[in-house]
Amino acid sequence: MSEMLKDPMILRQLIMDHYEFPRNHGLVDDTTYSQKHMASESCIDDIVVQVKIIDDKIIDIRFDGVACTISTASTSMMTELLIDKTRLEAKKIIEAYFMMIDNQRYDEAILNEAIAFSNVYKQPNRIKCATIGWKAIKELIEEGEVNE
Amino acid sequence: MLDVTKIRKDFPILNKDDGLIYLDSAATSLKPKKVIDAVLAYYQDYTANIHRGDYRLSLMASELYDKARENVADFVNVSATEIIFTSGSTASLNQVAYQFGLDILQAGDVILTTETEHASSILPWYQVAKKINAKIEYVPLNNEGLITIENFTKAMHDQVKIVVTTHVSNVLGHVNPIKELARITHDHDGYIVVDGAQAIPHMLIDLKDLDVDFYAFSGHKMLAPTGVGVLYGKRCWLDKMLPLFYGGGSNARFDKQGNITLKNTPEKFEAGTPSIEGVLGLSAAIDYLRDIGMDNVLMHEEELSKYLLTKLHELNNVIIYNPSVKSGIIALNVKNIFSQDVAAYLDHHHIAVRSGNHCAKILNNVIQVTDTIRCSLYIYNTKEDIDEFIRVLKDVTLEKCIDLII
Ligand SMILES: Cc1ncc(COP(=O)(O)O)c(C=O)c1O
Repeated sequence: MSEMLKDPMILRQLIMDHYEFPRNHGLVDDTTYSQKHMASESCIDDIVVQVKIIDDKIIDIRFDGVACTISTASTSMMTELLIDKTRLEAKKIIEAYFMMIDNQRYDEAILNEAIAFSNVYKQPNRIKCATIGWKAIKELIEEGEVNE
Repeated sequence: MLDVTKIRKDFPILNKDDGLIYLDSAATSLKPKKVIDAVLAYYQDYTANIHRGDYRLSLMASELYDKARENVADFVNVSATEIIFTSGSTASLNQVAYQFGLDILQAGDVILTTETEHASSILPWYQVAKKINAKIEYVPLNNEGLITIENFTKAMHDQVKIVVTTHVSNVLGHVNPIKELARITHDHDGYIVVDGAQAIPHMLIDLKDLDVDFYAFSGHKMLAPTGVGVLYGKRCWLDKMLPLFYGGGSNARFDKQGNITLKNTPEKFEAGTPSIEGVLGLSAAIDYLRDIGMDNVLMHEEELSKYLLTKLHELNNVIIYNPSVKSGIIALNVKNIFSQDVAAYLDHHHIAVRSGNHCAKILNNVIQVTDTIRCSLYIYNTKEDIDEFIRVLKDVTLEKCIDLII
């Protein structure tokens, strides 16, 4: 798996696939989800992320909005990685992702496909795109903890 | 005719070997050496505050500052007493909304505007409207996003007190018929406030002839430094208006009881130390533009714009949103690739464009798209710039955009 993920052709395929067929896309009208509108970071990407957490477990994540390839694909991958994880597991993955984006040492194994974005740090103007969905879920999880 | 080769030599940023192709002059223009030198001279040769010192350097700075105001006034054919220096269009437009709009509008009055406005032009009026319960109405645009005199006439009525409009749209580049709009507005006893940020750098503007009540523009889009802009207002309105800021330089005297005697227009509006370097740079920019000739500037841009549109039409992966435009602002997208991804790809090829919605968020309804790539041209752009832009656009694919980050 991780050898395959070093192949740029495969990484490109992955990103294309998540952009053209984003997973967990489309919002639900359900008050058991909490949601976050990420629109104030830049005037381009404008996305909403929803999450449903029961008993410390992430049951579902949804997202939608206007976004570039990188924000759409990175958010789509995020949803796949974090659904069915406990809050603690999710926080570890999120932390690893931000370490990777920051070009620091991180745990590759838990990031799975999301390592497709390991070189984004070389394009500083795209870092916001690669993190917008991840920031949303991070804030949602943290807010959930405060509310309890 | 304008000698682009010669002009390009005047811009230090274009003479490095990084091959910059700058197609984002609507955001801010590049600066010629003459302007940079004017700013440097102020810091190296006669740094002093204005209108306060009795020494030689201060007198010199003050004199140049006053001359700059006359130069600006002359450039737009009004009197120097009607030129207020601000920090930019945004500051100018806010000042009109709060210090004039709030004063003359009453509940139920209408502010008539358009869906092509820049945030800096319309947001202050939203605030004013909220405060006094005035209504905002929009002139219907035609299918290319233009205000026609016919539509404007229909939208105009006696409750309209203020018309707020851009002279040239920063997204679609269309030039609005300001003189006619001003006439119709005045026939209904209204006032017209014009955002000239995208007009002044590109064409000769005669404010007296346009007969507008207020007109705003920024220095940095017309070769001058950032941090300086202009608010023009008819003397009769400026004399009635109170300043937004009070402080040093704008009052003649004040006493313990709080009585303030303000200076006359325009000094009463310029409390505090202004951007002296900015004002001097703006004056140098105007000299530079005048030397080239605004007719030549306009002709050069229209020619390039025509060339760019012809070349874009030959590409089958591009959608153009303002195909009939004459100015140097062109809005487009590459089919099936998000604008920001294309902009990053262009950047990789040293081509600077803007992607997004360009601070004109309500225009989405008009052109049915949320984001575009905006390519904007100025005096230093060449057909070679356009050829390279076209070459890269022709070549771009989603795969290539993604490859930049993996
Ligand atoms: C049409 C228009 N109006 C107003 C502004 C605001 O100008 P500034 O940012 O210099 O205040 C701009 C600049 O982007 C503009 O394009």
